[in-house]
Amino acid sequence: MATKAYQRTYTKLQAITKATVSLDADGVANDELALVGGRLAQVVKTKDKRVTLQVFAGTEGIPTDSEVSFFGEPPTLKVSDQLSGRFFNAYGKPRDGGPEVEGEVREAGGPSVNPYKRRQPSELIPTGIAGIDLNNTLVSGQKIPFFADPDQPYNQVMADVALRADVDKIILGGMGLSNDDYLFFRQAFESAGALDKIVSFVNTTEEPPVERLLIPDMALTAAEYFAVDKNEKVLVLLTDMTLYADALSIVSNRMDQIPSKDSMPGSLYSDLAKIYEKAVQLPDGGSITIIAVTTLNDGDITHAIPDNTGYITEGQLFLRADSDTGCVIVDPFRSLSRLKQLVQGKKTREDHSQVMNAGVRLYADAQNAKTKLQNGFDLSDYDLRCLDYAKDYARELLSIDVNITIDEMLDTAWRLFAKYFSPAETGIKQTFIDKYWKAD
Amino acid sequence: MATKGTVTGIVSNLVTVRVDGPVGENELCHINLGGTMLLAEVIKVTGQNASVQVFESTRGLKNGDEVTFLGRMLEASLGPGLLSGVYDGLQNDLTTMQGVFLQRGEYTDPLDHKKLWSFKPLVNPGARVVAADWLGEVMEDWLPHKIMVPFSFDGEYTVKSVASPGEYNIDAPVAVLVASDGTERTVTMCQKWPVKVAVKGYKEKPRPSKIMETGVRIIDTFNPIAEGGTGFIPGPFGCGKTVLQHAIAKQGEADIVVMAACGERANEVVEIFTEYPELIDPHTGRKLMERTVIICNTSNMPVAAREASVYTAMTICEYYRAMGYRCLLLADSTSRWAQALREMSNRMEELPGQDAFPVDLSAIISNFYARAGQVLLNNGQTGAVTFIGTVSPAGGNLKEPVTESTKKAARCFYALEQNRADQKRYPAVNPVESYSKYLEYPEIKECLEATVERGWISKVLEAKNFVRRGKEMAEQINILGDDGVPMSYHETFWKSELIDFAFLQQDAFDAIDAVCPMERQKFMLDLILGICRKDFNFDDYEVCRSWFKDVINTLRQMNYSEYESEGFNNYYSTLKQQLSQYGN
Repeated sequence: MATKAYQRTYTKLQAITKATVSLDADGVANDELALVGGRLAQVVKTKDKRVTLQVFAGTEGIPTDSEVSFFGEPPTLKVSDQLSGRFFNAYGKPRDGGPEVEGEVREAGGPSVNPYKRRQPSELIPTGIAGIDLNNTLVSGQKIPFFADPDQPYNQVMADVALRADVDKIILGGMGLSNDDYLFFRQAFESAGALDKIVSFVNTTEEPPVERLLIPDMALTAAEYFAVDKNEKVLVLLTDMTLYADALSIVSNRMDQIPSKDSMPGSLYSDLAKIYEKAVQLPDGGSITIIAVTTLNDGDITHAIPDNTGYITEGQLFLRADSDTGCVIVDPFRSLSRLKQLVQGKKTREDHSQVMNAGVRLYADAQNAKTKLQNGFDLSDYDLRCLDYAKDYARELLSIDVNITIDEMLDTAWRLFAKYFSPAETGIKQTFIDKYWKAD
Repeated sequence: MATKGTVTGIVSNLVTVRVDGPVGENELCHINLGGTMLLAEVIKVTGQNASVQVFESTRGLKNGDEVTFLGRMLEASLGPGLLSGVYDGLQNDLTTMQGVFLQRGEYTDPLDHKKLWSFKPLVNPGARVVAADWLGEVMEDWLPHKIMVPFSFDGEYTVKSVASPGEYNIDAPVAVLVASDGTERTVTMCQKWPVKVAVKGYKEKPRPSKIMETGVRIIDTFNPIAEGGTGFIPGPFGCGKTVLQHAIAKQGEADIVVMAACGERANEVVEIFTEYPELIDPHTGRKLMERTVIICNTSNMPVAAREASVYTAMTICEYYRAMGYRCLLLADSTSRWAQALREMSNRMEELPGQDAFPVDLSAIISNFYARAGQVLLNNGQTGAVTFIGTVSPAGGNLKEPVTESTKKAARCFYALEQNRADQKRYPAVNPVESYSKYLEYPEIKECLEATVERGWISKVLEAKNFVRRGKEMAEQINILGDDGVPMSYHETFWKSELIDFAFLQQDAFDAIDAVCPMERQKFMLDLILGICRKDFNFDDYEVCRSWFKDVINTLRQMNYSEYESEGFNNYYSTLKQQLSQYGN
């Protein structure tokens, strides 16, 4: 950020913690940016003359006589079509060696859309992955995270989904991305020839964690430019939101706030909601869809981060390794797309929702049979059929390697039903059985 | 002269103001941010310093900025024109706001001051009236909207004059009242009331005496809610809280439904105002939107206004209740409101209670639930506010402060269960742990026995018992194995599955199954109990399983078919055939 002539500078810090500094200053606005010893910082608290700033890059090596200069404005991003195809850091500065972007200055983390001006999401986003399209159909304007343990290939799946989705822009917000993963995304986008519709804001693990707090606002400010000003369909990828929340807890801890569950700040729900609720279907056709990643600790979704996320987002996609088939699958029990009924049977075939429910119910029966088997009990004929069905179902439909159309997914499901079950055992409406049952 | 002040401290939306005069607890103020007025509410006063929570983003606010106190608390504007409205938590009309984005300091009037309403007087000069008595009536769309003596009028008044029938806007005087000391007061069609204060103006609050039908079998039959009753729906995310609440909102037997979307997803509100104008109220045949008021403070809207949103919604319900209507208030979710209280208490550095929630959380929740209820008005008519709140327990664990506090306050408990949701057994209400205290009310028992049939309660208890015993058997079978238990265990287990699949589960997305009127609920329960009461003596558990699965399938097909239609009757015949195979 360029320094300006009228700015006020101070040189006496009164207090320093690992993430914040405090000093006495006049006329400072809440949320405004400042430079503290050359590092970007933001006002988080004022009390009489005392101003507390959060220093994004951390305070290591900052002396009490550092120069502090205030910008008089909150974080901003310059937006224009020049953003396309570029990679930026958390401050919106190029990290790809290219020139600075020229454009209109927009406030990052600005106001929210009037709920009354929203439109109901209704456009299907096909991904080719049956665990998503068949069981947890995505809709434009939706916000949905992948819940995955750190060893799951969530970034790969997310890149696949992004590149197969029919959208105008893909905006990547990378928080605490390892350098390898950063290069993976770059290469995946480049080799798909999609670089011109990608904008990336990335903070890698090599950079200070508190900087990550700026990434979602930057990414979504760019997204709002394309969706609102240009009426484009924008897909925003945010990975990894767990690391974002960790950064929040660092700052709140340094500010002596009372932590709530799992040492997260009490405002975690609102902080996350402010980001995810930027997902929107706009009246003029533009939309922002958010697909995020929340990494879990050993599948624990009761931790405050996935728990609060689940209450905010419109479902979640749960990745896990299936021990029976060795595939990574989209878990049909823990996954959910809340908006799926807006497109299932409306933008897809009429039997979609019933086939989906029957498929999952039979898979649940297979899990019960498996428990019985593990407890050393004899299995009934039905149990055995369920177990065989479950293997096919996991391999042919739940696996993330699947890439087929939704009609093909439905046909596959009907074929598996007919292979292992009687029509009554599926519990599907008779009218659909009459029409789609694939009797040999 | 109005009290003024200056900003001396800012942490997020908690602002400290040094004041130059008297301020009241919960008094509103305007903070001047470069010409934009931000609305805020006093939540604590220490000497010359008032802590105020700002209902907007405080970005750009500076120490030294000017504050003007307004001398009033947060009020709702009450008058004709509220129905079908879409408001934010502070009752700003969202439909008349300009631009796609919500701009700070943009406040819009909840009521249309220009629109003319056709007024008809209901009293004559000389009549003695008190607060909430009806003076006149206008037609608000389909609803005869009573113009009342404002709730804030203390004591008894004599009607001096009342406007003759004609067209008036809401600001036109429609009556002049004289107090006992001779002072005259003018009444218009619009009044204001502080949202945090319960509206009185009724004679008494009798115990609920009638059930409110929702068309949801697991509620109406198993755990009915009373008109003027309270209930809550706790559940982890993804268990169908919102779907169940929307089902109640669509099908609930009420004149007016107020939905408070409190800190929840904006798309859920969009669903309401996109679909409700098309959907039909099953009780009246009118469009659902015509009986609905939406108060939305979605999760990305200012946190401080979340608390206001539930109070605003309750005040609107109380207003229509005073006109003798049955109102249903749905708040999704009260946990978000509690979290807003927590954020604020945290910033004020108060000593925290459990899970960092403020210590008076329980009192705040029970005070709020206490505002619901059936009332007997001064003129002998009755009105009701039924309140159902959802709770979003952290980690799905019901042993947390909001759930526990709410359990003390609400009379119906609809526990949504992860396990049932995983198995797609929707609505995922746990049939054993959920309860309705109203089933123990003699008034409600009498109502059910009179409207459904004599002996209904004992049938419900019998069905509940079948479910409970089936769950016990399921555990035994899991421990001992299919072969390790007597055949009767399997039979008992499958009888509970029968009740679960064919009665308790209900497809909220199927046009027919979604709404099940009481008469149909009774028919199905009789049918299913008839099967459960039989002894089948199967030879083999495989036969038992597959027979019950077939029967369940037939009953589910019946649920999907129009009641007493040809298809329905065909499945009924199939069922009779299946029944004739076994049993005695």
